[in-house]
Amino acid sequence: MKVLVPIKRVADANVKVRVKSDNTGMDLNNVKMAVNPFCEIAIEEALRLREAGKAEEVIAVSVGTDAAKEQLRTCLALGADRAILVETGEDLQPLAIAKILNGIKEKEQPGLILLGKQSIDGDNGSTGQMLAALAGLAQGTFASELDVQGDSVTVKREIDGGLQTLSLKMPAVITTDLRLNEPRYASLPNIMKAKKKPLDVFSPADVGVELGAGIETLSVEVPAERQAGIIVETVEELVEKLRTEAKVIS
Amino acid sequence: MAVETIQARSGDIFTTEDETLILNSINQWLDRDVRDKVLELEHADEYPHEMVEQMKALGLFGASISQAYGGLGLPSSTYAKIVTTISEVWMSLTGIFNSHLIMAAAVERFGTEEQKQRFLPRFATGELRGGLALTEPNCGTDLQAVRTRAVRDGDDYVINGTKTWISNGIEGGCVALLVKTDSEIQPRHKGMSLFLAEKGPGFSVGRKLEKLGYKGIDSAELIFDEYRIPADNLIGGEEGHGFHHTVGGLELGRINVAARGVGVANAALNDAVAYAQIRETMGKPIGQHQAIQTKLGDMATRCQAARLLVEDAAKAYDRGERCDMEAGMAKLFASEAAMENAAECMRIHGAYGYSKEYHVERYYRDAPLMCIGEGTNEMQRIIIARQMMERNPV
Ligand SMILES: Cc1cc2nc3c(=O)[nH]c(=O)nc-3n(C[C@H](O)[C@H](O)[C@H](O)COP(=O)(O)OP(=O)(O)OC[C@H]3O[C@@H](n4cnc5c(N)ncnc54)[C@H](O)[C@@H]3O)c2cc1C
Repeated sequence: MKVLVPIKRVADANVKVRVKSDNTGMDLNNVKMAVNPFCEIAIEEALRLREAGKAEEVIAVSVGTDAAKEQLRTCLALGADRAILVETGEDLQPLAIAKILNGIKEKEQPGLILLGKQSIDGDNGSTGQMLAALAGLAQGTFASELDVQGDSVTVKREIDGGLQTLSLKMPAVITTDLRLNEPRYASLPNIMKAKKKPLDVFSPADVGVELGAGIETLSVEVPAERQAGIIVETVEELVEKLRTEAKVIS
Repeated sequence: MAVETIQARSGDIFTTEDETLILNSINQWLDRDVRDKVLELEHADEYPHEMVEQMKALGLFGASISQAYGGLGLPSSTYAKIVTTISEVWMSLTGIFNSHLIMAAAVERFGTEEQKQRFLPRFATGELRGGLALTEPNCGTDLQAVRTRAVRDGDDYVINGTKTWISNGIEGGCVALLVKTDSEIQPRHKGMSLFLAEKGPGFSVGRKLEKLGYKGIDSAELIFDEYRIPADNLIGGEEGHGFHHTVGGLELGRINVAARGVGVANAALNDAVAYAQIRETMGKPIGQHQAIQTKLGDMATRCQAARLLVEDAAKAYDRGERCDMEAGMAKLFASEAAMENAAECMRIHGAYGYSKEYHVERYYRDAPLMCIGEGTNEMQRIIIARQMMERNPV
């Protein structure tokens, strides 16, 4: 079985990003970039499936500019067998990404497609679901545990107030939650060896997708700054402040 | 950012992308497995066994060993960045692989092919680790005065003497051991030889030395009492080149120590910049007072200058040029920058800088080592001055 893992290049979770002065987007100049943390979890899970003998090949795929090769190489260093970049400079929304991924799915015929449940930049949380719909595959989102047995996969999902367990017939699309696993980091020798692994580059047209602008970003703004809070000593003081200062009770 | 190539001294070619990926992995390791454990290990002066296993898995023990012998053959400019990155979190950790790799470099540069095959692959995996045994109770700077003696006996040498301050002396299994094979000959350095000494009968470890800083890593006294070693372990196979082999490693050694200095200086700066924005006096963050700003301004400038000096020396080394003066300048400036930044960071933190609950007091204890190790800063100044005159005769 092949496992396809779509990954996204995003600003590193530890850096504080700024909005561009003309409010057209985030200023990513000289910002440290990384593999989206949820995607790292998806890669890790795919590698564990291969190590457990339940998958033969792990393929990392990204849609974006040439720069995303750095993140694909990170995935190869972590252990993915090969990588695919669908190169485009356009600012794509989840539906376009899902269409491209569906094109890759047609080419590769994976048994599982593992994606992060969301990217930490756009926070759309919808690519996996759209892909499952376009591909006509079963989906298990927000997985915190998964178990492949024969041609089906059991997924524990984190839902409000509890866990839901689903059994999906494969091929299936699964999106990963934070608690699914703790991803490894790449060893230095593996980083060097990854240079020799295949990394194929396609255009969206190669996978049969015509990109049409669906959504245009009009402006990006920072949230209004919040006033610093205060610590009250007693319940009486709290009630007093809620009444006189916050004026939320009378 | 465009991907550029970097050439290592070994001839292996790397790219800026390789460097980025390597530093990313190092940072992930530090964030996940190191940062939160430093205070405890440091104060217990406990050897970080678990981290050493992680360092093995990461491949750090082969960082600068050529790919032909199982290492990574990294350029020293990349290697220096690794050392700086780790030193920003816990300087001690870098001592576990720095002198190990200088030992490996001596084998790779001066050893016989048989020695390279026999030792380097085991060094690269970290299966066999060690360091440099040069210093003795009576001499450090003046290495030509060492008294440890090796006497030829058939196919072996028999070694007697004592070494001290040897990093990795307890946890390591092998050292590059500087001895006299002839104590009469003049000039003295012609009677010196360097051996690869693996632990065995006659090679024992004395005390673990108690020290101001550089905690966690073992510094030890090593005792050689009728220690018998095969002549095959004499680096290069010929007597009389030990001093040359030792000095040959100093350029890289100084770049390493300088890179540690940059790490400690950066750590002090980063903590100071953060604290200056949090701590308030007279109704505003102390970073708004000019007295604190002038400190931060100097600290940041020192970090930048020290980093550039290290990068410059490392690049010269990677091009295969002589760089003892450049490495000396980097080592001198970066170690003094670490000292000054640690002291200023402590002042900015007030009493908290003096507290064992913060990292600041550790920077203050760790920084002086870089002024002493790999040639004291007094000696660096002398070397730089001599080079200036040699390169500019009138
Ligand atoms: C934590 C730690 C770890 C170490 N690890 C190792 C190790 O792994 N292996 C190893 O072999 N050694 C190691 N050393 C020893 C270190 O290399 C020596 O301490 C250093 O070389 C200085 O030697 P010394 O201490 O004998 O000082 P000395 O040589 O006695 O010098 C004393 C003072 O005199 C000055 N001085 C000396 N000669 C001159 C001169 N000609 N002109 C002007 N001033 C001079 C020095 O700068 C210094 O200020 C370590 C030391 C420490 C503290």
